[in-house]
Amino acid sequence: MISNSNKSVVASADTSSLSQTTALNDSSTRYSTYPTSWRRPAVFFPNRWLRWGLWLLAAIWFYLAISTIDVNWVRVAEGIERGWRFIKGFLTPDFTSRWNDISTGLVESLTMTLTSTVAGVVLSVPVGIGAARNVAPTAIYYACRFIITVSRSLQEIIIAILFVAMFGFGPFAGFLTLSFATIGFLAKLLAEDIEDIDESQTEAVRATGASWLQLINYAVQPQVMPRLIGLSLYRLDINFRESAVIGIVGAGGIGATLNTAIDRYEFDSAGAILLIIIFIVMIAEYTSGFVRKWVQ
Amino acid sequence: MLDVSNISKIYAAGDKALDNVSFSVPAGQVVGLIGPSGAGKSTLIRCVNRLVEPTSGSISLAGKTITGLSSGELRSVRRRIGMIFQEYALVERLTVMENVLSGRLGYVSFWRSFTRRYPAADVQQAFALLDRVGLIDHASKRADALSGGQRQRVGIARALEQNPELLLIDEPTASLDPKTSRQIMRLLIEICRERQLPAIINIHDVVLAKQFTERLIGLKAGRIVFDGAPTELSETVLTTIYGEEDWKTLDSDMEAA
Repeated sequence: MISNSNKSVVASADTSSLSQTTALNDSSTRYSTYPTSWRRPAVFFPNRWLRWGLWLLAAIWFYLAISTIDVNWVRVAEGIERGWRFIKGFLTPDFTSRWNDISTGLVESLTMTLTSTVAGVVLSVPVGIGAARNVAPTAIYYACRFIITVSRSLQEIIIAILFVAMFGFGPFAGFLTLSFATIGFLAKLLAEDIEDIDESQTEAVRATGASWLQLINYAVQPQVMPRLIGLSLYRLDINFRESAVIGIVGAGGIGATLNTAIDRYEFDSAGAILLIIIFIVMIAEYTSGFVRKWVQ
Repeated sequence: MLDVSNISKIYAAGDKALDNVSFSVPAGQVVGLIGPSGAGKSTLIRCVNRLVEPTSGSISLAGKTITGLSSGELRSVRRRIGMIFQEYALVERLTVMENVLSGRLGYVSFWRSFTRRYPAADVQQAFALLDRVGLIDHASKRADALSGGQRQRVGIARALEQNPELLLIDEPTASLDPKTSRQIMRLLIEICRERQLPAIINIHDVVLAKQFTERLIGLKAGRIVFDGAPTELSETVLTTIYGEEDWKTLDSDMEAA
């Protein structure tokens, strides 16, 4: 079969390539019946007038919206001056005069970040598995999705305000806030990764008579582990950045120090704090990139 | 050994994948399941270990009815049925040894499997099987470091590690080159002979099917349209299964192979 059909294929290929060359020479006559232009069909609104009309409408709306914003130019000028002072402080950062406050805040923030990430990851793994449609029963799936939705719909600052009101000022409220936020973030992304795994590997493990836990351990975990580690490291640096934000509403850490510095118009100390934050986030970024490559 | 009677499968979307399929496989027989894509071959073998739930009909293995079992009982039946897959379906990030040992998952506790502390006899058998398929030196490598043919050998070792009473083999050669395909088919047949193991092999390649199996079942649109010895597979039968085509060339190719 192979030898026979191959011969005929080769033969026909030869003749067709010959006719191709002749065709190329007088393509004008040969292809004259085909159209010479082609346009990609419009995806949304095939009617050209409607399409341009909608663009025009959007432009008008945008213009009207902009014109309702009330700008006080005197205040803007003042603000630019303040901004400049801030930048000057930023360019001459003062690490020394408030160093005690800064180092305390920093240690608090780093403690808060690490503990909340670990707690968040530990809690988000079961929630994430439960929120993956392909491995969880329907009832559990909806329960876990609900937890994720609640965690994700509340912004960190709002949760921080709540926890500060409940447990008082300080890093404990911050720890709870960040753990809670980590669950929503990590469980959602983990669940999505589990839903994307190669089902044939799951099927093969299921076919051996494996139990549900064994299935998770043998077929799911190896497939999602690198991503889980990568996401956890990413969340570690998000939590550090967030710890600076929630400190402003009283949840402790470097954010509280930063807030105090700004309140006192000590922009040089604030600049120092911002530089430290940038530096730490950069370290986290490079390390996580390295670790992610390593765990593949 | 295996009795399939009046199995039908209608998917949720309404497609009728299997229509009243009945056949039985005696001990030690290797059956080739042929038919065009979408004929229901994959569905049929997955109904046997209930990876796909049949809509109606019953299946029994060595006298034990498989259909209608609770999930705990189903696990203990599944571990008696080894399965080999088209794209090998190894867990790629696990080692070769872990993949082979996963054949024992139905037998060991979660804790043992989680800590990878399998009973000594299981580990010994896994080494013996890896030796049998020629991969004993690769035991500690990750599965994704192996070539296609090697991966399929690991897949075979995993299925055998279950000490199965039946093998379900889904397109074992579909992603392999012609030479490796023949080697894998030869290995599978040898192993079935050695162990008197009945097997159902889904196979696209009619030439391979005729060469290696002792009985062929032709499936078309969810129905059995042929059941007989490979020698009975005439041009007329092939036309019934696959439709009109020039089938004469198939035999000359067989002689060449």
